[in-house]
Amino acid sequence: MSLLEVNNLDVRFALRRGDVKALRDVSFTLDRGERLGIVGESGAGKSVAAFSLLNLIAKPGYIAGGSIRFDGQELNGMSDRALRRIRGNRISMIFQDPMMTLNPVLSIGEQMIECLKAHRRIGRREARAIALRKLEQVHIPSPEARLDQYPHELSGGMRQRVIIAIALLLDPDIIIADEPTTALDVTIQAEIMDLLLELCDKHNVGLILITHDLGVVSQVTQRMLVMYAGRVIEQGPTREIINDPQHPYTQGLMNALPQMATPGSRLNQIPGSMPSLDNLPSGCAFHPRCGFASRPDGSERAECRTRVPEFVASGNCQVACHMVAEMLDQQRIPAEETTR
Amino acid sequence: MIAFLIKRLFHALLVMFVISIIAFSIQDNLGDPIQQMVGQSVPESEREALREQLGLNDPFLVQYLRFAKNAAQLDFGYSYIFNEPTTEVVLRHLPATLELVAATTLLIVLLSVPIGVYSAIRPRALLSRFFMGVSIVGISIPVFLTAIVLIQLFAIGVTWTPFPADTGWGSWLNDLITTDGGMPAYGRGDPVHVFGTWYTNFASTEGLVYLVLPAISLASIMLPLFIRLIRAEMLEVLQSEYVKFARAKGISLRRIYFLHALKNTMLPVITVGGVQIGTLVAYTILTETVFQWPGMGLMFLNAINRSDIPLIVTYLMIVGLIFVITNTLVDLIYGLVNPTVKLTGKPA
Repeated sequence: MSLLEVNNLDVRFALRRGDVKALRDVSFTLDRGERLGIVGESGAGKSVAAFSLLNLIAKPGYIAGGSIRFDGQELNGMSDRALRRIRGNRISMIFQDPMMTLNPVLSIGEQMIECLKAHRRIGRREARAIALRKLEQVHIPSPEARLDQYPHELSGGMRQRVIIAIALLLDPDIIIADEPTTALDVTIQAEIMDLLLELCDKHNVGLILITHDLGVVSQVTQRMLVMYAGRVIEQGPTREIINDPQHPYTQGLMNALPQMATPGSRLNQIPGSMPSLDNLPSGCAFHPRCGFASRPDGSERAECRTRVPEFVASGNCQVACHMVAEMLDQQRIPAEETTR
Repeated sequence: MIAFLIKRLFHALLVMFVISIIAFSIQDNLGDPIQQMVGQSVPESEREALREQLGLNDPFLVQYLRFAKNAAQLDFGYSYIFNEPTTEVVLRHLPATLELVAATTLLIVLLSVPIGVYSAIRPRALLSRFFMGVSIVGISIPVFLTAIVLIQLFAIGVTWTPFPADTGWGSWLNDLITTDGGMPAYGRGDPVHVFGTWYTNFASTEGLVYLVLPAISLASIMLPLFIRLIRAEMLEVLQSEYVKFARAKGISLRRIYFLHALKNTMLPVITVGGVQIGTLVAYTILTETVFQWPGMGLMFLNAINRSDIPLIVTYLMIVGLIFVITNTLVDLIYGLVNPTVKLTGKPA
């Protein structure tokens, strides 16, 4: 059994004009020490997925169904008090913008010590010693002095190091990192990512990395999910998906990478834009933008418009696409005929 | 810190200089002081002699310098009404006003923070909506009307009998909406002597009872303002990333609300509050008049009615000084609460 098992997770936002389905039928697993990437365009539901694991989605969002099993416990439906013992302790988070994540009026030390004291019965002095050790681990110069400083006295990169130190403070089993380097200078992005990976490896921490940077995902993670309009549309070993993407949307994403374009010509792009969640297309949400919604002979693939595709296994990957399913069927039927 | 204080001292001197010019221009242009001093029967030749003797025919600058020199020694001349130095008159009336403002400020702080925080944490709760509704009403009604209604309800008392008194529930409802009155609403009673010109209402139960109605009506505009301000700031802070991050760290909600969020909420509130304390001193003119509270506001209104120009000028100077002092204090407090602000003498 995996450390974290998410099954059929449904998240909705209760708006006045009715519920908006932000996440539908999302399932994935994470093993101890494993690294999972979640990719997709803005609005695909990556962050909602991350925040809903610890039931931290802001109102009016709520978890409408599904299960989140962590280390044998069901997190969906757990009381806030019980969840609080897991938050920051066994599962911790790293946010996108280090300039906004730390409280401006509390010292770095205070923000670290309060986290330790919330989860362990320890004295201030002891907590301070642990905080100091963690700051050393994230290679912050003169960590002792930093404890008494305030966030505005630190640079963005330094702050993200502090946040990584806070995330590691209680030796968690899982870290959920929501675009941890997006808001940083390009020059220190790699530095911070390397630090995060090094520490996760060292302490055998599972990492859920949310990003839209396919380059980072391909280098860093073992498995990945591709999300579109609140659904997972392809998942499997990162290497297989990157080398041979099955879903037309994943193919589109790969094609859109600058290195895939012919030098001198325009960059490739997926036509159209992500639909808004309260006005999703019928059937496969990607069909209005998909080049495979009609067959090569020009006939329309009606089920793309009418039926939500189920996952089919392609190699070690799971793909939710009618076109892929049809192709796999065609490959299988001739094979059966020849054996007859 | 010391550099900051020295800088603020210079600011204060500059502000007082400007106020003194304005105040002096009033003295120089508001009616003829001679007319206030002498009777109808004094002939014009004697008036002119007196005018010359008092230096009222000197050029503006000369007169102003003489005024500034005296003002620097806190000598603003003699009050026509009281026939004694204006500084002494103002000092005698100052404690009553300061105590009224202090009681009102206490009321505002003690009520606005919990109510504002509560209605931000539970924005949809019935009680929050009730507070928001009442606060709109409070902001909309002028102070003197609130004061008069309070006097009618709680000082005079109202007997209403809209329900049939011969039935049990009817008389019960009649009793419910009938008020007894009896709250003091005239003057400040018999305050206890502390020292010098300072008599206090805070030292006896009777004195405190005298403070109730004036303090409530003075608070009636500012309190709703602060409730709404605190609520709005708190709602915004609760949406912030650092509050989300604190939740993700597993911190208790109580600590998040009352440490993480409240400390950030109070920053703009302190700034606004400092300015409003000055405004509160100005509002006392209305409240003190309605309640005949023997403070500076009432004194100022009397001084205007009777063209007691030296007293008017003294009041303006003292209120200006109070503004400057409270603003400096607020900046000091702000610097202590907000670590991103350093108190330095350098321009920001």
